Amino acid sequence: MAILEVEHIQKSFGGTRVLEDISFSLEKGKTLSLIGSSGSGKTTLLRCLNFLETPDQGIIRVNGEVLFDGSQPLKQSASELRKKRLHFGLVFQSFNLFPQYTALGNVMLAGSLLAKERPDYKEHRREIQAELEATGRDLLAQMGLKEKVDNYPHQLSGGQCQRVAIARALALHPDILCFDEPTSALDPELTGEVLRVIRELAERETTMMIVTHEMVFARDVADTVIFMDDGKICEQGKPLDVFDHPKEERTKQFLARYREQR
Amino acid sequence: MELIMKQMPIVFNALNVGFLHTLQLFFITLIGALPLGLLIALGTMSRFKLLSLFNRIVIWIVRGSPLMIQLLIIYYFPGLVLHNPIWGGGETGRFWAASVAFIINYACYFAEIYRGGIQSIPNGQTEAGLVLGMTHRQIFFHVKLLQMIKAIVPPISNEIITLVKDTSLSRIIALQEIIWAGQSFLKGSQGISGAVWPLFFTAIYYLVWNGIMTVALGRLEKRLSYFK
Repeated sequence: MAILEVEHIQKSFGGTRVLEDISFSLEKGKTLSLIGSSGSGKTTLLRCLNFLETPDQGIIRVNGEVLFDGSQPLKQSASELRKKRLHFGLVFQSFNLFPQYTALGNVMLAGSLLAKERPDYKEHRREIQAELEATGRDLLAQMGLKEKVDNYPHQLSGGQCQRVAIARALALHPDILCFDEPTSALDPELTGEVLRVIRELAERETTMMIVTHEMVFARDVADTVIFMDDGKICEQGKPLDVFDHPKEERTKQFLARYREQR
Repeated sequence: MELIMKQMPIVFNALNVGFLHTLQLFFITLIGALPLGLLIALGTMSRFKLLSLFNRIVIWIVRGSPLMIQLLIIYYFPGLVLHNPIWGGGETGRFWAASVAFIINYACYFAEIYRGGIQSIPNGQTEAGLVLGMTHRQIFFHVKLLQMIKAIVPPISNEIITLVKDTSLSRIIALQEIIWAGQSFLKGSQGISGAVWPLFFTAIYYLVWNGIMTVALGRLEKRLSYFK
């Protein structure tokens, strides 16, 4: 069964249609690459899934549970919205680490704030905090940052920052981890180390949606590729089909322009 | 020289009393203006257009006109124009009038600094908190507040240094602060008259106090320098 089902999502910003009739699904443990030119709506789609934007219409389902239904715009409480958000993780292009916390502090902060709401928090405060710390250290070690746990973001390179951000998102065990152009702010060398980490996550069957302009990476890492153009899904399918035998004229044009550049 | 030595105990005594009033005005201004400035800043950023406009007009008036005039208006206007001398006579009345003028004036300057500090935090910080399931309250207290404080400490320090010297403007309504005390020996007081040096010497008091303030605020700035 699909872990994520998106049906007929529409979104406009003041009269400009940004997303039009977006439908797709994603299986558990699979990786989806979203490609397309800037302004084609990829980022807006991710932001809708993370409830940073509200779609005008459409349905979002995770594990069969309806998280959003545009035809029933219920006023949801802030705490319900938070619960829904936790199904998704989001890694930003510009990292958005919290500068006053160490790498470990960044990874632990949201978890320890959530833990405070548990009824047994007061009794087991020490154990809970120790567990969170162990998880945080473990995640940072997975990201190759074992030595950097106590460093502040300004002491880390861009690639290291982005890996901390990935660990921070993973710490809350999201069902689907979204990446919004995770390497666009990095130079080629640093891009490599971040992509390597994402590849490893894919091998460990983390369910992911990746918006990227790294075409080789998008093709290698993905189980499914969606090519978006002008707010619509132009073509979707297996990476080999979309990249090597694109059906749509627009996809061919887009990919041809990428090949020229290389 | 011998004369000055003889004048010294009397003069220092008077200057100390004057400077105590200066410090009182300084601290009461900070206590009032630091929180009031935050309210004004939040007002200018309010969704209610009218409140926002009102606050911005107040800031424009207060920052656009001399503090000395504001002191005169606040002290004399109720009595001379409205025939309702709310401040009463005497030193206490002058002190409260000066306090009100300074608090309003400095709150407007602080408000602009706060607004800058609040707006300097990139929206990405809020969004990162939201996708991590944090509430707006948690994002404010655990993510944004310290970054704001770090952003506003240097400009606030500047204003505080200026405030130390600006308190001397209250001389215009004859508040008995240190300038008034120094000047009294020019006109004649406690058997000393025509003495200029006490007035000049008041500068040392401001210098010393500003030295202390600079060190203290510098320490605060340094304590926040562990992140960028």
